Amino acid sequence: MSDSAPVIDVHGLTKSFGSTRALDGLDLRVERGEVHGFLGPNGAGKTTTLRVLLGSVRADSGSATVLGLDPWSDIPALHARLAYVPGDVALLPGLTGGEVIDLLARLQGGHDAARRARLLEMFELDPTKKARSYSKGNRQKVALVAALASRAELYLFDEPTSGLDPLMEEQFRHCVRELKGDGRTVLLSSHILSEAEALSDRISIIRAGAVVETGALSDMRHLQRLAISAETGHELHGITDVPGLDDVVLEGNHLRCTVEPAHLAELLSHLTAAGIKTLESHPPSLEQLFLSHYGVRVDEDDHA
Amino acid sequence: MREENAGTLAMLRLALRRDRILLTSWVVGLAATAGFSAAATVDLYPTEEQRVAAAEAINASAAVVALYGRIYDPTSLGAVSMIKLTALGASIVGIVMLFVAIRHTRGEEEPGRLELLSGGRLGRRAPLTAALLLVAGASLALALLTAVANTAAGLAWTGSLAFGLGWGATALVYGTVGAVTAQVSDSARAARGLGLVVIAVTYVLRAVGDLAEPGPGPLSWLSPIGWNQQLRAYSGERWWVLVLPVVVSAGLVVVAYALRSRRDLGAGLRADRPGPAVGSLQTVGGLAWRLQGRILLAWAVGFVLFGLILGSMAGSVDKLLTSPAMKEFFEKIGGTAGLVDVFLGAMVAIIAAIAAAYGISAAARLRAEEVEGHAEPLLATATTRVRWATSHYAVALGGTALLMVLAGLSVGVSASAALGDWSQLGRVLVAALVQIPAVWVVTSLVLLLFGWLPRYTTVVWGLLAAFVVVGEFGALWKLPEWLMDVSPLRHAPTLPVSGSGVVPVVALTLVAAAVSATGYVGWHRRDLTG
Ligand SMILES: Nc1ncnc2c1ncn2[C@@H]1O[C@H](COP(=O)(O)OP(=O)(O)O)[C@@H](O)[C@H]1O
Ligand SMILES: [Mg+2]
Repeated sequence: MSDSAPVIDVHGLTKSFGSTRALDGLDLRVERGEVHGFLGPNGAGKTTTLRVLLGSVRADSGSATVLGLDPWSDIPALHARLAYVPGDVALLPGLTGGEVIDLLARLQGGHDAARRARLLEMFELDPTKKARSYSKGNRQKVALVAALASRAELYLFDEPTSGLDPLMEEQFRHCVRELKGDGRTVLLSSHILSEAEALSDRISIIRAGAVVETGALSDMRHLQRLAISAETGHELHGITDVPGLDDVVLEGNHLRCTVEPAHLAELLSHLTAAGIKTLESHPPSLEQLFLSHYGVRVDEDDHA
Repeated sequence: MREENAGTLAMLRLALRRDRILLTSWVVGLAATAGFSAAATVDLYPTEEQRVAAAEAINASAAVVALYGRIYDPTSLGAVSMIKLTALGASIVGIVMLFVAIRHTRGEEEPGRLELLSGGRLGRRAPLTAALLLVAGASLALALLTAVANTAAGLAWTGSLAFGLGWGATALVYGTVGAVTAQVSDSARAARGLGLVVIAVTYVLRAVGDLAEPGPGPLSWLSPIGWNQQLRAYSGERWWVLVLPVVVSAGLVVVAYALRSRRDLGAGLRADRPGPAVGSLQTVGGLAWRLQGRILLAWAVGFVLFGLILGSMAGSVDKLLTSPAMKEFFEKIGGTAGLVDVFLGAMVAIIAAIAAAYGISAAARLRAEEVEGHAEPLLATATTRVRWATSHYAVALGGTALLMVLAGLSVGVSASAALGDWSQLGRVLVAALVQIPAVWVVTSLVLLLFGWLPRYTTVVWGLLAAFVVVGEFGALWKLPEWLMDVSPLRHAPTLPVSGSGVVPVVALTLVAAAVSATGYVGWHRRDLTG
């Protein structure tokens, strides 16, 4: 395989579970050596895509190649070269964390003991505890240590930080940057924009079983908006003339909107002129973006 | 106290919804089995003379007494028609209710369901209380339905009421046993295993007690299944015996609550001790052995003990031949040697059915591991699906073979010792070995369903129950031959095993191989499901 061939190459993938269409013509391309964010709200089809790439489920139609191999029929050859962390980690309850890590490693073809020890320390994981007694976050850590300790070419992470506290999340980010430094390829699914943003070279956005957009985050200007909420002393006039403004809700002296960072200064000067009293600004949530950009509502529990 | 039980009704409603089909079919099926058997026996022995002859033959056969118990009033139609359902039926009732109780207590804790609900307004005792209410309700329903079915079939209503209440009381006892084992075990699987041990031990206690002369011996009184017999439905009911199961159940309920208050949700009674920091498992085969080896060892010990006890009863086959007419009858059909063969053959057959139950539970681990999400991470490694499935399937096949070898040896040794005839050892061992392919066919059905209809893998338990019921009642119910022939267990050769036994043994082996291969094909091409 040449170096320029994509590590993951997926075309027109479809998959239905009964009447639910989980994947609906999904295309995905992940290049060698990149950290690729796979971003979408819950139920969009991220896990299903990863399970197709692992050969756990078989797509109804479309094609998928991973590391140049067929994920359904070349399982031993392919799996020896990739590592996977499921979204919902279930561990064999009677084994200790250390036993689980070592078993997975052996089935994978071995791992680096020094690296294993370092990862256990980084994630503050006690390997002598029975898997039964681990919390969700600790189960997640066991799966992460097992995957990160292996020397794979491709890492598939399904919402890897969902059970981790911020400190551990930072450790995980550190590990991913290390993998990238080593030239390994990472596909990282997430429904949190900031997480994908912090790590990814490129992002694919999935919605209702199809990728709606792919590219570097810096190229997705509409995803870089800031959400603004402000109150002014005088009534605001001509605010809609400010370029790069969207989702404007103006109620007397109260403004809510989103703005492209490039036009933030212009907006602020308008607000200052009107006697600004309070100002709040934050990056929008994925759900807000989806609402404004694709006009879809995402379920309430997706904020979890 | 009140707060501890908050949410019980909601839990009970949930349990009823989940079980509405499964539990209803078991209760109705059991009551119907009793009703049909009663009706069939009414037709089979229309006169009292015929009944007495049948009852004497039953009481004279050690095999029958060991498996089913005695008939205390030979003139009683009800006693003759319910003989197979009094001890054996009671133990099946017990198994069903044991599983129901564990499913709604310990079983609920595992997928973290209760934990989710406990976050809401759910008292600490609510799940246990709900499960006990469910068990009590189902036991009562079973009691009344069975009484009605037997009365409708033409048996006396007082006896039918006693018989129904006997079943209900047995259901209650083993349901509460389940509530206790659920508290002391660290998983639902272990709780079921421990409960089954209790049922097996109490069943054997009464078998030994019933064979004592004059029966029943004191051991029968140590067993809830024995109480069900000593209630003597249709043979001059002794209603006071019902006090025993009720008191014991109440005691078990108290124990269950006391244990519940001593442990955390999802935990066993003992806190988990730390284990090795570094793993030594090398393969999925090693993992399957780690997960299943200790369970197989426990079964192996059970089989040896069970085999020794059953084999030792061979010495008493002719002790029960008290009437001269019976003696003469059996002399005609081959004398004591024939009797011994009938007895040992029957014991080997029941052991084979129990080994099949082991085979099913070991092979069904495949589905459990898949549903619990343990399979997916393993299959994401370089391990293939076939290799992973084979790891547990091999334990099931090897385990059933091992159990039959041990059963053959232990029954053979103790029967030989009891009869003072060591030629029995080889004969019994062969008789046990030739059962293995039939047991494998039943086990392979698990793989077939796992491959093609994974959500219905547990249906194999129903099939095994059907095979056993057809074997026990097929002739009585005048079922067509082809229907009875569906049971693989029917085709295994019995004592004395002759050269012609090779044909069914080879054929059953081929069937098991074909069914397994078909199962593998399905597993190889289907999606992993939760
Ligand atoms: N095994 C399954 N059976 C039925 N429906 C499923 C199954 N797996 C996923 N789905 C459905 O497919 C859709 C996509 O799910 P999933 O891939 O898990 O999304 P995500 O990981 O992005 O949250 C959802 O509507 C989900 O309910
Ligand atoms: Mg998911």
